[in-house]
Amino acid sequence: MRWRHVRALVIRYTILYTRSAPRVVEMFFWPFMDLFVWGFVTMYLLRVNGAHPSLVTFLLGAMIFWDIIYRAAQGVSISFLEDVWSRNLLNVFVAPVRVSEFIAASYAVGLLKVLTIALALTGGAYLMYSFNLFSMGFALVPLFANLVIMGWSIGMLTTALLMRWGQAAENLAWAVPFLIQPIAAVFYPVSVLPAWLQPVAFTIPASHVFEGMRQVLRGEPLNVERLIWAFVLNLVYLALAAWSFNHMFHVARRKGLLTKLFT
Amino acid sequence: MMPVVEVKNLRKEFDGTTAVADVSFAVERGETVGLLGPNGAGKTTAIHMLLGLIIPTSGSISVFGADLEKSRVDILARCNFSSAYTSLPYNLKVWENLMICAGLYEVDCARQKAHSLLDMFEIAHLKDQITGRLSSGESTRVNLCKALLNDPELLLLDEPTASLDPDIADKVRKILQQVQQEKSITLITTSHNMKDVQEVCSRILFLHKGRIIADGAPDHILEKFQQQSLEDVFISIARGGDLMVKEPT
Repeated sequence: MRWRHVRALVIRYTILYTRSAPRVVEMFFWPFMDLFVWGFVTMYLLRVNGAHPSLVTFLLGAMIFWDIIYRAAQGVSISFLEDVWSRNLLNVFVAPVRVSEFIAASYAVGLLKVLTIALALTGGAYLMYSFNLFSMGFALVPLFANLVIMGWSIGMLTTALLMRWGQAAENLAWAVPFLIQPIAAVFYPVSVLPAWLQPVAFTIPASHVFEGMRQVLRGEPLNVERLIWAFVLNLVYLALAAWSFNHMFHVARRKGLLTKLFT
Repeated sequence: MMPVVEVKNLRKEFDGTTAVADVSFAVERGETVGLLGPNGAGKTTAIHMLLGLIIPTSGSISVFGADLEKSRVDILARCNFSSAYTSLPYNLKVWENLMICAGLYEVDCARQKAHSLLDMFEIAHLKDQITGRLSSGESTRVNLCKALLNDPELLLLDEPTASLDPDIADKVRKILQQVQQEKSITLITTSHNMKDVQEVCSRILFLHKGRIIADGAPDHILEKFQQQSLEDVFISIARGGDLMVKEPT
């Protein structure tokens, strides 16, 4: 892998994002809308039902953590779509850029986006609801890393589908992460799910992360076994996503889809 | 001497439709080859296969003596491409786009190189312009700057003057000729502009329904089809009229 190629691609995507007002607004608008809505909903629940105060921290923590997955996935898939929209895809693939370099650049862009938004949301949650995500301490690092890796896998898989089905499948970039949300134990524990669905939920790395997050927010130590499960599953999914991407890239070249994507 | 491009029995089918049928040709270093033919003749598919964007159904492509599929990235580092139908990212300034492409092609002295190309194409004043705000003619010239940035040994062009007015098209043709001769670049271009082809290309490959129906210098093609101009040859072939082919004696 040549880092000069990766760096050039990262700089390009970064300028693309930062110079486009709609992109910047879109990046912050929806996460902050979620923060407002979830924050006020939890405050309402506290008043009406006298729910446990930790509910606020669970829901706000879950909302911020979910946004990490979502933005990491979008960082990968939207970077690809940016090239399609600007009819630049061909220029990328006729340059001596390896698929691995293209993916590495997309990952880096996803990570940059996630760090920016997560920091902004953490600041917002602290100011509005006195919720301090950093109170989780060091546990935050492995949980965050697992969510980012899972987001990368989703993004890469989505990009593979975009390559195969073209711009007609554009909405997948926004929709795919939500397919797993109901069983990823984002806003409620896995135990809430029907018994038959619980083993399925535990095949999703995010389920382990969100369960771990709730443990830490309750003041319990982080369950290392869960963390290891999340990490191993993430490695498996990342490998599968990489294989799918490579396979679809090959299919796209065989069927001439890559060249159709730019017109 | 080993040809720069060697294509053997190249075939491409898309869902039962044959886009390129059993095409073979070789291009020597410094040759300027025009791929001509009516719409759907297989020119762009052929160019895209030479760039590794499309995998052939059968046949082989070797570039610089190496198999394209096996050494794709190394080969692409020594090539470049420009098309009237692609753009550089809209939001970036011209200069930023060129510097990023220089990074992708690992160009040494990139700033100096980019300055001289912008001067050569008479668009130095557009350096700090946002690419998306350029006219199509300006955008085409920026694309050509990008295509020459890495001093390619093999340059592939798809309709290089498609959106240029006659004055700029003439200048671009002359620049391409000059650069090609100075650096002995191997050039393969598709075009519907017969003037482009007649002025720039030393050899023409005439494609029709995915097959090469004529291969030779422009004069040879005119003689073969007994026509006054390449445009007449083109029209005859496109309309499927009777072609007066004079067999070599």
